[in-house]
Amino acid sequence: MDSIIAAFHWFVSTFPTLSMALGLLLLPLVPLIIGVAMYVWWERKVIGWMHVRMGPNKVGPFGLAQTFADVFKLLLKEVVYPANSNKTLFLLAPLWALIPSFAAWAVIPIGPNVAWSNANAGLLFLLAMTSMGVYGIILAGWASNSRYAMLGAMRSAAQVVSYEIAMGFSLVSVLILAGSLNLSDIVQAQAGGKGLFDWFWLPLLPMFVIYFVSGVAETNRAPFDVAEGESEIVAGFHVEYSGAPFAVFFLTEYANMILVSFLAPILFLGGWLSPIQGWVHADVAWYVDWIWKGGWPWLFLKVFFFATAYVWFRASFPRYRYDQIMRLGWKVFIPITIVWVFVAGCMKYFGWVTAGA
Amino acid sequence: MNRVTSYLKSLMLLELLAGLGLTFKYLWRPKYTVRYPMEHIPKSNRFRGLHALRRYPNGEERCIACKLCEAVCPALAITIDSAPREDGTRRTTRYDIDLFKCIFCGFCEESCPVDSIVETSIHEYHFEKRGENVVTKPQLLAIGDRFEKEIAAARAQDAAFR
Repeated sequence: MDSIIAAFHWFVSTFPTLSMALGLLLLPLVPLIIGVAMYVWWERKVIGWMHVRMGPNKVGPFGLAQTFADVFKLLLKEVVYPANSNKTLFLLAPLWALIPSFAAWAVIPIGPNVAWSNANAGLLFLLAMTSMGVYGIILAGWASNSRYAMLGAMRSAAQVVSYEIAMGFSLVSVLILAGSLNLSDIVQAQAGGKGLFDWFWLPLLPMFVIYFVSGVAETNRAPFDVAEGESEIVAGFHVEYSGAPFAVFFLTEYANMILVSFLAPILFLGGWLSPIQGWVHADVAWYVDWIWKGGWPWLFLKVFFFATAYVWFRASFPRYRYDQIMRLGWKVFIPITIVWVFVAGCMKYFGWVTAGA
Repeated sequence: MNRVTSYLKSLMLLELLAGLGLTFKYLWRPKYTVRYPMEHIPKSNRFRGLHALRRYPNGEERCIACKLCEAVCPALAITIDSAPREDGTRRTTRYDIDLFKCIFCGFCEESCPVDSIVETSIHEYHFEKRGENVVTKPQLLAIGDRFEKEIAAARAQDAAFR
């Protein structure tokens, strides 16, 4: 133990900048990875309950250690390379999917200006990063040298690109109302004295729904999970993956789901703002005040709701047919978003919605 | 006009919300799961599990080697050899049941004129070596001795329906 501490001291004193960067990297990533593990457990639990089953309940208390057991099993398994596949690309693909989904977390604020990078173009960065992830999926499908994987990748690519447009438009309407691309400023623009009616979900209600549905489609989750489509193409883009690379794809998918669950409240439900903001003015104690003054617990409660909604959708809805997904994206969502961007512009121009307190 | 209203209605996502409501209702239902090794579901007194050979209360084995069970067995799982005992009674010298062949139909029990071969409610047993699947006469008698109470109770419960 002493030698480990000594080695740690030596490392920190010899490479101060590197260890600082590593520490800053691990600080958000470790909670994220543990959060993903908990989320997988929660998903299996909730889906189990909705099926009138119990879900995992054997490993650890309430089955909480089930995901960790699964992860360690995956990490210890052999990585099988498909014949005639390009090994470099095959291993690059999961990383290419993982890195953007982790990088996107840099701009997520959990309090006023509390983010790893309080970038001014945060929303743009997010859009870029969430779009980058699809390259990993396409690469995985291509490098696997398998028809199923290729089909899954093509489906996924077409789907993500289609829904990106609707999602982009709904983000545009948010930035019209907020007047900023900075996520922290977007949340602050939803502050006010009317409680939850100050938030953007009310003027942008269709966009709010479309954003979350597009988010579900973007992350290739049920009911839009044709990219995986067990019944037709086995597992889609990651059929050929086993062991650690598969675990990375799994991690990416769930990290992306949590990311979308974070963005929905930040953009439309006032982030860390309290739903009773402006209705109660009192100073009791710091551990009670957040209920009306707002704070990270509100953000996490909202995130929990959206994360659970993902699972709820999966337990409720049958998978869409592929042409129906495309129809929904192009013929329903995009026209509505275009109209509502115009409406949002009018709301801003005529001052029906004001940003900030 | 009808198309416009149905389009607007589809935008309300009413069917989807109804579906979500249904799954939400089921979320709170008591779960059907039985945590098997810890919990068991009740078993019928007619349950057909592992076989046993019974004895009379005076300790004499019931089986008279009539071989009706061997004859009726559709899976040919029973093998019987018989010979007269020292006291002149007809007894089995060998009574083997191959549990891999057995389909647990219960015909042996139905055919037995002296209620000797029975199927108990035991279903949690296993073999660890090849050949252990063939249970012999001493083993069957031992099972019968050990579970005589339960076997008799189950037969008594079912007697009124026969």
